Amino acid sequence: MQTAVNLWPLIGVAVIVVGFVLRFNPMLIVAAAAVATGIAAGFSPQHILAAIGTGFIKTRNIPLIILLPLAVIGLLERHGLRERAQMWIGSIKAATAGRLLIVYLLVRELTAAVGLTGLGGHPQMVRPLIAPMAEGATENRFGRLPDAIRFRLRAFAAATDNVGLFFGEDIFVAFGAIVLMTTLLKEAGVSVEPMHVAVWGIPTAICAFVIHATRLWLLDRRLERELGGANAQHPANGADPGTAADTHTDTARAGDEA
Amino acid sequence: MTITLDYLFWLTGIVLLIVGGMIVIDREHPRRFSAGGFWLLYAAVFLVGDRLPPPVVGVVVIVMALIAGFGGVTAGKPKQLPEAQRRASAQRLGNRLFLPALTIPFVTVVVTLGAGHLVFGGTPLVDPKNVTLIGFGIGCVIALGYACVTTRDNVGQSMKEARRLVDALSWAAVLPQLLGMLGLVFSDAGVGKAVAHLSTAYIDMDLRFVAVIVYCVGMALFTIIMGNGFAAFPVMTGGVGVPVLYGIFHVNPAMMAAIGMFSGYTGTLMTPMAANFNMVPAALLELPDRNAVIRVQIPTAICILVANILLLNAFGF
Repeated sequence: MQTAVNLWPLIGVAVIVVGFVLRFNPMLIVAAAAVATGIAAGFSPQHILAAIGTGFIKTRNIPLIILLPLAVIGLLERHGLRERAQMWIGSIKAATAGRLLIVYLLVRELTAAVGLTGLGGHPQMVRPLIAPMAEGATENRFGRLPDAIRFRLRAFAAATDNVGLFFGEDIFVAFGAIVLMTTLLKEAGVSVEPMHVAVWGIPTAICAFVIHATRLWLLDRRLERELGGANAQHPANGADPGTAADTHTDTARAGDEA
Repeated sequence: MTITLDYLFWLTGIVLLIVGGMIVIDREHPRRFSAGGFWLLYAAVFLVGDRLPPPVVGVVVIVMALIAGFGGVTAGKPKQLPEAQRRASAQRLGNRLFLPALTIPFVTVVVTLGAGHLVFGGTPLVDPKNVTLIGFGIGCVIALGYACVTTRDNVGQSMKEARRLVDALSWAAVLPQLLGMLGLVFSDAGVGKAVAHLSTAYIDMDLRFVAVIVYCVGMALFTIIMGNGFAAFPVMTGGVGVPVLYGIFHVNPAMMAAIGMFSGYTGTLMTPMAANFNMVPAALLELPDRNAVIRVQIPTAICILVANILLLNAFGF
């Protein structure tokens, strides 16, 4: 049996690893990996193109969650949604980036755990609301933020959404992953109750919350250390013209690079 | 009438068609033909993709990858209202601005929970196989109408804004689907079997703790390669989980499954292959470093992976 395993398709994995290490364009890397894997598996050119085409059609549901909200989120941004999110968080004096994200982590994880995975997400929650709030809360305490800090806050906002979603959804009994797991185990001759799988996810879900919340708390302490001494002009007004100009050039430049 | 995913595919296709058309006729766009053409090809995949022969779609995919790979999908100059005007508008509209945005999750949840009751004459209104995604699509449409009313703006303007965001996302919007395709090609070609063979044939798993580590770390590593815990689970559970942990050491299989999948998720946090969670947000949040989200997640992921190994070893047997 061991000799029957064809190791050549692993070329595709090698293409991915080398491609990402050498920082080629990811679209190019993935297409090259698909072609290389097909060749290594002994597919004909026609078969390779058909496999790529069929795969691409079958996975059309994946980008919907990114593309569909863009029109409405873009329109609301034009009318000041992100600015409003910053103003709102500015009105809460106790808000810090870390505390805000800890609350979001808890809400995201708990709602995902009861199957409400739609209550978050990067295009419709993180970009227009959570990231601007994290920036706004920090700006409110320390005044103008350097770009590096701004980018770090945004990355933490995105990471918090991911951690909350991943480690919450798997303790929801009706979640697809649990169905997949019990089906596969049954095929292997091991019968398992979906409920038990969900329950045994809870210890890890708690660990994930504690670990990530600790990191968010440390983020607050680090912000305090890096920004607290130098330019504490708090409580800075959200409408500070310097801040406004900074945000603007920042978005414009990022737009050029993208 | 049953609302199926096809309606969402057509809607997405129409939006991409408009966006692509806008880019092609925009004389100020630095790469209007290559970038516009890229989005028009993508629109075709949504509008007529399932009626084209698969090899033709394959050619379309390769052409899109080449356009993106050689820098053809750059963004144009974003036409935004000045900051001061946006602030004034935010002042005027107040917290009413939040409501359309929150409509999306609200409608998603209502449709998800209520779809079972929406059956007319034996025909379900929402395709039961894709309730959440269709609810999400309906939510986006309702939210757009609501947003137009709140802001007194129109759908035409919203298409211009969609174009601004699609332009900013660039090819990152397509990468998750391309990776999904790669996963299917991998499993067609037997990559999973090869990896399972390598990871089980060369490691001595007589010690229980070693077997636990191989299973959990293997899930994470395999997920890093495939970008998806679902792809890793059958391989590692079939290769190590069932024969070794269950067959020899009599692990609690429910706990093994739960912790195995969560170990895979720690891999998802650490890989550019999970593009929709890691690369897309970096593009959406306009971060100059496209791996910035992964960098932030790695410490959390490694700590959770260690916690998983300890939990399974302590309570699984």
